[in-house]
Amino acid sequence: MAADGPATSRPVSPHISIYRWQINSVLSILHRATGVALAVGTLLLVYWLVSAAAGPDAYRSAQGFIGSFIGQILLIGWAWSLFYHLCNGIRHLIWDAGYGFELSGMMRSSMIVLGTASGLTVLAFIIGWIVW
Amino acid sequence: MSIRTPLAIARNHGAAKDGVHHWWMQRLTALALVPLVLWFVISIISMAGASYERFTGWVSNPLVAALLIALLVATFYHAAIGLQVIYEDYISNHLRRRVIDVVTKFILTLLGLVSIIAVIGLAVGV
Repeated sequence: MAADGPATSRPVSPHISIYRWQINSVLSILHRATGVALAVGTLLLVYWLVSAAAGPDAYRSAQGFIGSFIGQILLIGWAWSLFYHLCNGIRHLIWDAGYGFELSGMMRSSMIVLGTASGLTVLAFIIGWIVW
Repeated sequence: MSIRTPLAIARNHGAAKDGVHHWWMQRLTALALVPLVLWFVISIISMAGASYERFTGWVSNPLVAALLIALLVATFYHAAIGLQVIYEDYISNHLRRRVIDVVTKFILTLLGLVSIIAVIGLAVGV
């Protein structure tokens, strides 16, 4: 570096603090955030399966926890993360296949992903509470 | 013994052809998870608040147990390589990045194994 002469401050690429927030960057960050949340959320799945394997008493206490207020809050967060990551993941697979890159289509698919994920979460809990 | 250097032997044979393995496995597991997750969510909603007998009866169906294990394998694999990409993007210190990645993979592997063994136990009624 020293051989290159005096230090110069060249322009650098703008980072996230420079760019204006927009739907595509927000959904991209959400895809990662929900991915991390789901990875942590596997603990809930493991707890449920291991409790069931441990016997009727452990299964009932796991059911009790999932049915509790905290359990339901966790489950709603988990369900929305799952449906969002699923819907946006399908969009990613469609992009990987080479489709859907036009800006207008991208805006529409963003709204479809958000709407479908939220709609499925509400639907899942309405049906779940009816079945319970 | 040849006097050709290892580089001369490797040259012009192209890449090792596994450069996209990580990328491809992420998509392959994603593709498998789309129907598996939909099936799983519909199943557990229909079993909300189910009795122990009904739940164990459901898992003891070989197809259900197989689908559950497929779901668990794909989920933990997908999570492990997905988290790896996030670490590669945000953790600049090489040693720290590698340590966190290895610890993550060990934990996810253990969680996967424990849950798979639980499913097998339920399926065979141990």
